[in-house]
Amino acid sequence: MTGATETVLEAVELHKSFGETTALHGASVTVRAGEVLAVLGPSGSGKSTLLHCMAGILLPDAGTVSYRGIDLAALAGHRRSALRRDEFGFVFQFGQLVPELSCVENVALPLRLAGQRRKAAERIAREWLARLDVDTVAGKRPGEVSGGQGQRVAVARAMVTRPKVVFADEPTGALDSLNSERVLELLVAAARDTNAAVVLVTHETRVAAFSDRDITVRDGKVRQTEFSR
Amino acid sequence: MSIANTLLGLLESGPRHGYDLKRAYDERFSAERPLHYGQVYSTLQRLLRNGLVSEAGVEAGDGPERKRYAITDAGITDIEKWLASPESPSSYLQNTLYTKVVLALLSGRGAAELLDTQRAAHLAKMRELTKRKTGGDLADALICDHALFHLEADLRWLELTAARLDELTERVRI
Repeated sequence: MTGATETVLEAVELHKSFGETTALHGASVTVRAGEVLAVLGPSGSGKSTLLHCMAGILLPDAGTVSYRGIDLAALAGHRRSALRRDEFGFVFQFGQLVPELSCVENVALPLRLAGQRRKAAERIAREWLARLDVDTVAGKRPGEVSGGQGQRVAVARAMVTRPKVVFADEPTGALDSLNSERVLELLVAAARDTNAAVVLVTHETRVAAFSDRDITVRDGKVRQTEFSR
Repeated sequence: MSIANTLLGLLESGPRHGYDLKRAYDERFSAERPLHYGQVYSTLQRLLRNGLVSEAGVEAGDGPERKRYAITDAGITDIEKWLASPESPSSYLQNTLYTKVVLALLSGRGAAELLDTQRAAHLAKMRELTKRKTGGDLADALICDHALFHLEADLRWLELTAARLDELTERVRI
């Protein structure tokens, strides 16, 4: 952590149900600027739902999520989308890259959507690919690269807009130990360099060991632990 | 870890005196818990008695003269045998934790907090090792990896035990 303690994202008393199933039952989390926060919990505990609510992908049934004091639920849909695009980055387990686009086009995509010209966007995208050690696959499509390379491309895409918060949901769940470690090292290093906070959802403690702090979700509630780096 | 076998292994690259061996051991295997000189010399005496090392001259220096030791053919056979033998899997600290959990349940204290506290301590140690790995060399990374995998196994046990606490409480109190 860089020493900053400013709260960048805050979820308070979130409740979320899907039909009869309650996923969140009064979950509260605070994310500080620049920290890597691991969200642990067994399968079905509600940790991915919590991430989706914190990122404004899902709206909670009750409770609030504020990003730098802005209530996400109070924003119109298109404003919430713009905020996600400009301020947040996302890395999922797989399936996040557009298969028809090359890796460099994938990484440039968030910048293009924000209105940047193609040349400028792809120049920045190439810089990020180089930083993630995958500049050699720039012209290839996601289907032509290995799982580890694909996740590094996904990290480059998440970081290309220099987001304030990166949401990573089991980002190395499909990788072997060595590739997993490399992806996490690169993700954390990139986040620290840009002072981005990372919300890292995982069920693996080896992944959580890359964090500064961890919380555990059990039965839709959050248990805080205070073991800081 | 067998200190005798480790010292023998270090002697395979060439004769060394006791101080040199201690330094090599501490550097490679035990930075956190350095060997005592006495342990090195008593181990060398035992290896000498068993014919696994021999004296290989005396090195003169500013201080006292220092005996050099060399590995013998019997020593090489011994180290080969040791390297080829698997270590018996041990149960590490689960036994202690299991005892604590059972005692907590028997006394009606509840074991969830105990498990959570242990879990947090384990994760804190894993963070420390992960950080150390990032800045260290490959040898350091391999040592940290080994510790990390063991801690991870302990954590899995802690989580599974936490998930089975209700069932365990019922059984313990019968």
